[in-house]
This record gives sequence, structure tokens and C-alpha cells, in this order.
Amino acid sequence: MADEPDVKVYALSTCGHCKNAKKLLDECNVSYDSVEVDLLSGDQRQAILEEVKELNPRCSFPTIRIGEKVIVGYKEDEIKEALGIS
Amino acid sequence: MNVEELYEKLRSIQEPKGYYFNKDKGFVYELLRGLLENKERYGYMACPCRLASGDRENDADIVCPCAYREPDVREYGACFCHLYVSKDWNEDKIPHVAVPERRPPEKIK
Repeated sequence: MADEPDVKVYALSTCGHCKNAKKLLDECNVSYDSVEVDLLSGDQRQAILEEVKELNPRCSFPTIRIGEKVIVGYKEDEIKEALGIS
Repeated sequence: MNVEELYEKLRSIQEPKGYYFNKDKGFVYELLRGLLENKERYGYMACPCRLASGDRENDADIVCPCAYREPDVREYGACFCHLYVSKDWNEDKIPHVAVPERRPPEKIK
């Protein structure tokens, strides 16, 4: 895909829905950037939390940004739609 | 305690209260591994699907089973994690949806 959207997953290392979201992206052969926020500390953690709150004021996980779209939680249909593969 | 022991222990306590483990045992085991990981990391079994602060007082609402399980299972048939569900949820009598977060964001640090 030439115009593949920029994808970032804000996740927790212990969370089942986060794992499922990443598994779905892997199965769809989507390249993405991901961060496990629970493994961060200090300024790095605060900076990422600010990013998450900007996208998702409830600050829940996973928060997934696909291009300009933000998907909160593991919502398979919405993720696929945002990727243009539904 | 290993994952199998935790599964049996929690099941025997929670099922009589009407809270069932998700029928997807592999998914449940992953979450229980997360609970054990958090117990190791923070000293308490913080919800594996939420960002714990490490401050037990701040996180009292998300020590599993969390304070939001009761309203979430009542409204959606599942807790935020989909760890605990209702009988109807497990029997596919109600739709399986992503449960929106009830926890106030100011507690997330």
C-alpha cells in the first residue's frame, strides 16, 4: 500500500485488548509504532500520557491512532474501517 | 501462586456472586498473568487493563475486582477487561462490546 496511514498504538503490557489490537494489526500486515505505557517512568511516561489524553481524554488503553482517526478500545470493525480494509 | 491456581481460587469466590470468567480461557489466562505481574510489580493486583500508578491508595478503585465491575457487568455484561462477565454474555445472549472507561482520568498518572 503506497498510502498506508501512520499508525500508533498506546498499550499496556498486561492488557488483553491491547494484545488483541496489535495482533489484528499484525494479521492485516499493517506496520505501526507502539508503546507500552506501564513500562515507562518519569518524564517519558508523562509525555506519553499527555499524548494519550490529547487523543482520548479518558486515557484508557488501548488508544489507537490511525492517520487522523482515534479508536478507543479494541473495536475490530472500527480499526479495519480506519485502515480501509473493511 | 500460578495462573491455574489463581483461576480456580477466583472462580470459586466469584462465580457464586454471579461473576463468571470469560469463556475464552486463553484470554482469561493472559489477564491473570497480568494480575500476577502487577502483584509482583506494585504489591497489589491492579487491573491489567488500566495504568496503575503504584500508589495503592490512588489505585484502590482498580484493585481487581475493581470498583467498576458491578456497574459494567450490569450495563454491558462484562467488566472493562472482559475478564468477568455475566452468564448471558458467555452464552452470547447479549452483544460483546468494548466497555467504555468509567475511571476518572485524573487518577491516571
